[in-house]
Amino acid sequence: MRVLVAMSGGVDSSVAAALLHEQGHEVVGATLKLWSGAGDSGCCSVADVTDARRVADQLGIDHHVFNFTEEFEASVIGPYVAAHAAGRTPNPCVECNRHLKFRRLLDRALRLGFDAVATGHHARVERDASGRPQLLRGADAAKDQSYVLSVLGAAELERVLLPVGELTKAEVRAAATGRGLRTAAKPDSQDVCFVASRTPGAGRASFLAERIELHPGRVVDARSGAALGTVEALELVTVGQRRGLGVASGGGVGARRYALAVDVASRTVLVGGEDELLTGAVRLAERTWVHEALPPGTEVLVQASAHGRPRPAAVDEDGVRFAAPERRVAPGQLVACYRGDAVVGSGIAC
Amino acid sequence: MTAATPASRPGAYLDHAATTPMRREALAAMLPYLGAQFANPSGLHAASRAARRALDDARDDLAVALGCEPGEVVLTSGGTESDNLAVLGVHRRSGGTVVVSAVEHRAVLRPAASVGARVAPVRPDGRIDLVALAGLVDPSVSLVSVMLVNSEVGVVQPVGDIVAVVRRLAPGALVHCDAVQGLLWCDVAALTAGCDLVSVSAHKFGGPKGVGALVVRERAAGAVAPLLVGGGQERELRPGTENVAGAVAMAAAARLSVAERQATVARVGALRDQLVDGVLAAVPGAAEPAPRELRVAGSAHLRFPGVDAEELLFLLDGDGVAASTGSACASGARDPSHVLLAMAWTPAEAREAVRFTLGPTTTPEEVEYARRAVLAALGRLGTRTELGD
Repeated sequence: MRVLVAMSGGVDSSVAAALLHEQGHEVVGATLKLWSGAGDSGCCSVADVTDARRVADQLGIDHHVFNFTEEFEASVIGPYVAAHAAGRTPNPCVECNRHLKFRRLLDRALRLGFDAVATGHHARVERDASGRPQLLRGADAAKDQSYVLSVLGAAELERVLLPVGELTKAEVRAAATGRGLRTAAKPDSQDVCFVASRTPGAGRASFLAERIELHPGRVVDARSGAALGTVEALELVTVGQRRGLGVASGGGVGARRYALAVDVASRTVLVGGEDELLTGAVRLAERTWVHEALPPGTEVLVQASAHGRPRPAAVDEDGVRFAAPERRVAPGQLVACYRGDAVVGSGIAC
Repeated sequence: MTAATPASRPGAYLDHAATTPMRREALAAMLPYLGAQFANPSGLHAASRAARRALDDARDDLAVALGCEPGEVVLTSGGTESDNLAVLGVHRRSGGTVVVSAVEHRAVLRPAASVGARVAPVRPDGRIDLVALAGLVDPSVSLVSVMLVNSEVGVVQPVGDIVAVVRRLAPGALVHCDAVQGLLWCDVAALTAGCDLVSVSAHKFGGPKGVGALVVRERAAGAVAPLLVGGGQERELRPGTENVAGAVAMAAAARLSVAERQATVARVGALRDQLVDGVLAAVPGAAEPAPRELRVAGSAHLRFPGVDAEELLFLLDGDGVAASTGSACASGARDPSHVLLAMAWTPAEAREAVRFTLGPTTTPEEVEYARRAVLAALGRLGTRTELGD
């Protein structure tokens, strides 16, 4: 096959390219330039492009840089900022996968005569009994990335190769070391690629502050209506968050207060105890299915964060219903649905 | 021709505006100074005197090619340094306001931006808007910098008219011309005769990379501050041990380029017309960004509506055709051209433009190969296989 490998300059995609090359595929590497703003220490810095190019040189494959900055701005950055402005908690990596890596890049690859696109994601694509492609969890449970790929449908999966999904992270690093790849010991990327910061959270705040007005918000008890304090920027509050709400944490576990809802219009954060955080269902927008839509009542496992615990639930008309009450999912977060190890669909929590 | 073939596999090298293959004469001229004649021209012994003579001869040849006095040639490391020395050197010495055109190379735009320059717009044909320029030039202006030939679209600027505007409205201002893309195609000496400062770069006309010159006319010498300080070389405007081999090779390339210029323009211009007309005839909707008569003979710039230039270049590269969009960022990605945006193109239109630049070594076979490759690649891109929306 002719395979275009998306090479970020990290160890996973380096090994993905090496493995496909060794399997005899005709492999070309491409690094996506997604972001050109300040702090491009993330997925598309010059240093990362250099790493990708030098790995490609070492493997003896061609390497190109594709400039997708305009599409990234339109499909990822813009919606990311708008979601925060509306008090939601978006997941830009998911939208990048949905719109850039597995649409824009895949479309381009097919136009340029490639048969498939490969990435270094830790997940597996296998055929089910009837020959249809399935997205399965990666072999390394701790590194599994099937969650951020759960927006893909069968049409994309037909054209996607995930060669490191069969390996543990340790095996990937060993494969890179064994081949003398310069990225073998490179640290895993952290956080969102376009938000650069040494202090978790601070980068996001300053990134957003450059683009939207951040408003102070009142923290109000959902039951009593009592004003409990203030937050500096309610656009940065995530439903389910406990720390940083300006609420005194004395009184033990029972007195803990969690963000239940963010209302941008009234500049209010409603808080309540853990019992009030529980919900029986989550409504989903932008629902996707790997194959056909599953009928209401179908039992699934629901995962609402990259490494969150899968929770038993059932598909319903407009989302999923938990088997037992669970903490609510922050609006804007991706909800991935599995049956066993296989992704069956996804949606964005409302 | 007189240069080494840039590639051995079948294909076409049509990126001469990025760099040209070195002329054999230039390579031959420089080799002794990378070998036995290695001496520092600043020394007092016989070996140094020989190196000094070679450097002085090179400077004489460059002066003839550029239409200046030998003492007015300041050797530099290339076009970027020459442009920086002109823009920042004048501003550092004289302060005042710098004015540049919107389509300058980044080696002018970025130093100019760092001193708060005014930017003169261009018309849709790529030439500077002289009326708008006049509105930006006043006695506070210390330097006006406008290129001779645009590196992306090949448009020749009316440098004489620009000089006249500056002399009338800001008699104390200097005029710098970035002529880096000019020497193969234009009579640089005549066209920049009215300018105070002129930049050239050897590798754009068959010389080696890493050497260039800034002409600093005698009358302007006191108005330019050096960017580097050290020894007293190059009239103290550019200290550092001279790149003798580079200067010798640059001089040889310049001398021959100027001598062959008219023949080159006629021959390469015909090849360019053959390429462009051949593609235009076969591709409905394809268009040139600027009138051909305003552009140098080696420039074949084309826009293919509905085609992503990055994809076209990928396929051409696969077929051995080297072309470009004309601008790239540090990572190697292609950036939307600031030149085309300045010519009132939308970013989407700018992404559909491809630059083919021919040079003295371009052959009819290369042009025909490239024409066929372009049509084949466009055919492949025309049959779209899209997923989703």
